[in-house]
Amino acid sequence: MVPARRKTPVPVEEAVRPRGSNGVVTHRPVHVELGLSPERMLEMFEVMLLARIIDERQWILNRQGREAFHISCQGHEGSGVGSAFALDLGRDVMVPYYRSLAAVLAFGVTPLEAFLSALARADDPMSGGRQMPAHYGLARARILTSGSSVATQIPHATGAALASKIRGDGGVSIVYFGDGASSKGDFHEGLNFAAIHKLPAIFVCENNHYAISVPASKQMAVRSVADRAVGYGMFGASVDGTDPLAVYRSVKEAADRARAGEGPTLIESNVVRLTPHSSDDDDRRYRPESEREEDRQKDPVHVFGEYLRTHNLLTTAAEAALRRRIQKTVAEALVQAEAAAAPLAETAFDHVYAGLRVPDFRAAREH
Amino acid sequence: MAILSLVEAVRQALFEEMEVDASVIVLGEDVGVHGGVFRATDGLQKQFGENRVIDTPLAELGIAGVAIGAAMNGLRPVAEIQFADYIHPAYDQIVNEAAKIRYRSNGTFSCPVVFRAPFGAGVHGGLYHSQSVEALFFHVPGLKIVIPSTPFDCKGLLKSAIRDDDPVLFFEHKKSYRRLRGEVPEEDYVIPLGKADLKRPGRDLSIITYGVGVHLALEASERLAAEGIDVEILDLRTLLPLDTDAIKSSVARTSKVLILHEDNKTGGIGAEVAALIAEECFEELDGPIVRLAAADTHIPYAPTLEEAILPNADDVFIAARRLAEY
Repeated sequence: MVPARRKTPVPVEEAVRPRGSNGVVTHRPVHVELGLSPERMLEMFEVMLLARIIDERQWILNRQGREAFHISCQGHEGSGVGSAFALDLGRDVMVPYYRSLAAVLAFGVTPLEAFLSALARADDPMSGGRQMPAHYGLARARILTSGSSVATQIPHATGAALASKIRGDGGVSIVYFGDGASSKGDFHEGLNFAAIHKLPAIFVCENNHYAISVPASKQMAVRSVADRAVGYGMFGASVDGTDPLAVYRSVKEAADRARAGEGPTLIESNVVRLTPHSSDDDDRRYRPESEREEDRQKDPVHVFGEYLRTHNLLTTAAEAALRRRIQKTVAEALVQAEAAAAPLAETAFDHVYAGLRVPDFRAAREH
Repeated sequence: MAILSLVEAVRQALFEEMEVDASVIVLGEDVGVHGGVFRATDGLQKQFGENRVIDTPLAELGIAGVAIGAAMNGLRPVAEIQFADYIHPAYDQIVNEAAKIRYRSNGTFSCPVVFRAPFGAGVHGGLYHSQSVEALFFHVPGLKIVIPSTPFDCKGLLKSAIRDDDPVLFFEHKKSYRRLRGEVPEEDYVIPLGKADLKRPGRDLSIITYGVGVHLALEASERLAAEGIDVEILDLRTLLPLDTDAIKSSVARTSKVLILHEDNKTGGIGAEVAALIAEECFEELDGPIVRLAAADTHIPYAPTLEEAILPNADDVFIAARRLAEY
């Protein structure tokens, strides 16, 4: 039997709708309420779509044997983009995890950079080909380097927020992690420290309800990760993470509180995992088809596209044109990345320490 | 020149570095109002404020993780782990994060954190206030490990560690904190990391050691001299990266090596030093490489038990004399 999943996010209080002079409620669209212009809305959609198309391409590369490993962002795009768009790219710090493709694209990673990294080329700006795909980090974009250990990045966001507070630079640090990470000590120690010192940090748990095969019901006894916020004395919210506008609203409020010195926020962003855990996993072993189909109905890219069409922000023709444009950008980026050189073997000995190459024993192979 | 204890040298280094560099912060348990359980940070909070001298929750993983994040965002944190025995919850953060940040980001991020911790036995601290943990980190590329043996070295090495762009584990022997006193210049000076120091020149054999081992060796060396045995004492000071040139030159001078440490023997620093000498100085040797270290036990509390398992100056004297006679 498959354990029951928690389907319904804890409802977010709906914003009070303004009333006209005759007392009749005027149903302003959410994006208008949030102050998001049509152009900004289309930018959000474009990044979500870009993330999806890059991600789909990476699955193909993996199945063709051109990318040894892939771990997907599919289903997390609304959460990543909604949150990143609520921040200030000029001063805020992002601490990503392996499902943060959409978030890092929104923060300034280019499609070419994404592929150079996925294909482990010399010019991969994340790691120079040292790390597996989806280990994001880009100094230029204020995205901290990330490893594979689950949850270790959470206290890093606390530390980055501490640095912002000490310098008084007005920066906020946002960190992403999954539901599995909420079980680790790093989560507790990172959140507790941030709450005590009222640090400008935003902790976003992208709860896709599975840690590989283990369902959220076996990960926690609380109904929502956000319930834990009260235990740390910080603000908590649980939102529909497939809706970029719900995530935008929640992160914007959290960032405003953080900048006002009111401390950190824990946000549970309820997303869907539209793929197996990784390219080495087969989720049919532990998820029934009905449940996976249900998730597909909540695909954030489709749902947001529907919102844009409903509010006349996007026509079917314009969407088709946008898709063609992104497909072209992605195809070109991939061609360029594939043509790029692999890292030179001797670079493997660099950057263990600053300004010091570790000894290279390869000379011995020649004798 | 002022005569300072080891812990006073630590404090002076911290004070001076915080004064000249606003990005240096201190965080740890009891480091603020209290000034540290060994008083290493006494007066710092009063001088530099609560923002830069932070009393943390009792959570070592968090102390390390927060320091690492702050370092990636431009600070130079000095994180105090109250006893080296309690560094283990932070092991993942130090080994999987701090040590790998430069490498995994292809040099685009660095992690200039100093993890300071009192360590070592001989103070009736039992199993959990006596450990030597350097070997547990010695195997990890990307980390630096520094162990000062004198107040003079301590100040200069700690200042270098704070200015270093890589993560440094800085272990201070707690038995030496107050017992060990020495001249420390009041002005700014640094001692480069990665350089061993010849604490005593000698002809007959080399004692390669660090930390309290230096003092055991110095004590034994006087008795050995009285018997006509002239020992050289090489203080490694930085264990990682190891000063292999200094080790090789010492072996070239004396042809006999006694490696001494308080940490237990198996898989300790001495094993690496011995292997290095066997590989690279085989032709120079006139006797077996000898290791003198604590027994492979834990550190017991009762004085009779603790003294039984730790090497002392008599043990050094006996081992050195036997090797000299080989």
